[in-house]
Amino acid sequence: MNPLSLIRPDRQADRVVPPSGHTAWLTSFTAGAMAFLAVFAMALSLAAGRLADRWSDALERTATVRLSAPEDQMDLQTKAVLEILSKTPGIASARAMTDDEQRALLEPWFGPDLPVDALPLPRLIEVTEADSGYDSEGLRQRLAAEAPGAVLDDHTRWRRPLAVAASRLRLLGLLSIGLIGTATAAMITLAANAALAANAQVIRVLRLVGARDSYIARAFVRRFTLRALGGAAVGTALGMLGVALLPSTDTAGGFLTGLGFQGFGWIYPLILPLLAAGVAFLATRASAFRKLQELT
Amino acid sequence: MIALENVAYSYGGGELLSDISLRLAPGSFHFLTGPSGAGKSTFLKLCYGELLPTAGRITLFDREVRGLSRDDIALTRRRIGVVHQDCQFLDHLPLAANVALPLTVAGKPSGAQDLTDLLTWVGLGNLADARPPQLSGGERQRAALARAIIMGPDVILADEPTGNLDWEMSLRLLTLLVELNRMGKTVLIATHDLNLIRQAKSQIAARVLRITKRKIQLAGADL
Ligand SMILES: Nc1ncnc2c1ncn2[C@@H]1O[C@H](COP(=O)(O)OP(=O)(O)O)[C@@H](O)[C@H]1O
Ligand SMILES: [Mg+2]
Repeated sequence: MNPLSLIRPDRQADRVVPPSGHTAWLTSFTAGAMAFLAVFAMALSLAAGRLADRWSDALERTATVRLSAPEDQMDLQTKAVLEILSKTPGIASARAMTDDEQRALLEPWFGPDLPVDALPLPRLIEVTEADSGYDSEGLRQRLAAEAPGAVLDDHTRWRRPLAVAASRLRLLGLLSIGLIGTATAAMITLAANAALAANAQVIRVLRLVGARDSYIARAFVRRFTLRALGGAAVGTALGMLGVALLPSTDTAGGFLTGLGFQGFGWIYPLILPLLAAGVAFLATRASAFRKLQELT
Repeated sequence: MIALENVAYSYGGGELLSDISLRLAPGSFHFLTGPSGAGKSTFLKLCYGELLPTAGRITLFDREVRGLSRDDIALTRRRIGVVHQDCQFLDHLPLAANVALPLTVAGKPSGAQDLTDLLTWVGLGNLADARPPQLSGGERQRAALARAIIMGPDVILADEPTGNLDWEMSLRLLTLLVELNRMGKTVLIATHDLNLIRQAKSQIAARVLRITKRKIQLAGADL
């Protein structure tokens, strides 16, 4: 059965199955309600995805070791710290900042003429983490033992669980869309079975006068597909309207206010009616052919 | 055309029909008789593939029924016109659409004039727009006959076509079937109405088959 043949109206074929009452309404309503929910699941998923990306990017894979030591020991301890860092698994590279770099860092606070050499400033060592990550507690203990003036500062690490939570949320959103699709398929299958049972005699007569299975199935499949398409279109439109009407106070910058579609993201929900139609097509077709197998 | 070899059928209990061998030759006219419950309808259902034999072989247009796909069965039914015992109409469609249904499901156009001519021929020209439930028994039987022949089938199977008709109406229906046979159609009528059979034999060379004790036998000359 060619799905495109469903779009071409075939009034004769449509009329051989009597117009159905409540199953029609049930299918449209189910598809509409499910599409409405799916729009929000999709918005959630996209927003969570954006958040996950942003946080992961912000999660610079660098940390700093701050080393304070008497001047005569500074070079020695710097060497020791670099030595430890080079042996720590999960650390890609470590590099002591030059005086110039440190001066550049402090300039915004103390002005350009800061005599860095004369001040007892700590030495900063830039640590770049490998993808695997490192055991920060272990590193901290080793530093304490071998270079007591060294302090590991990995403040950006706190963002990591948030980034993980955001990508979980994206996954949950996608999972919800999957569940909504499955539930839609189940309900349309029930409605289609009810319609097929109510029309058992009609199907029998059609079969007796020489109708092929595909002809009989099409009469039902066409109906349910178009109903699902129509219902889901309305549900999607309402859902998108709901999302569009969410306040977008960027200043708050919170997750909730970011729960919209952005740019091309508005195209995604438009596939929901097509998806619903596809689900209805497959579910009704399967039901119809199963039912027809009971007849010769 | 339709051939049965050692066919048996059982609905699950004991055998209703057993060891039946029969050939419907092209252009022949047969009656099938026997008491109610003897298996006349069952036999006809075997002849158009609604039931499959529990033993033996049935050949429709030179093809074994068991070897036919579901689509093949549909195509075969378009070549066999059946007047069902209970007519089997779609009550939500007007009579004309019901009569044209075999054409509709075959995706063929039903010429409006041909349809009107056919309805007129069976005496239903003025009832084209009526719904089946509004029709009398005789009107339904004639409509069922019109639907059975609209595809121009080679074979016509009629199950008690005069079942609930008065004598005059029965004769009209019989005349239509005799006319069709003269046009070359193979006709098989299941009936328990012996008067109808006698009447037919005066008009045409009809053979009478009788179901007795699960077998089909050619009836004697007394009929
Ligand atoms: N679908 C069925 N399931 C079980 N038994 C059936 C079924 N159809 C008919 N029968 C039984 O088979 C016997 C023959 O039925 P049928 O072929 O309709 O006889 P007839 O047409 O000669 O009156 C009857 O006893 C009937 O009760
Ligand atoms: Mg019968």
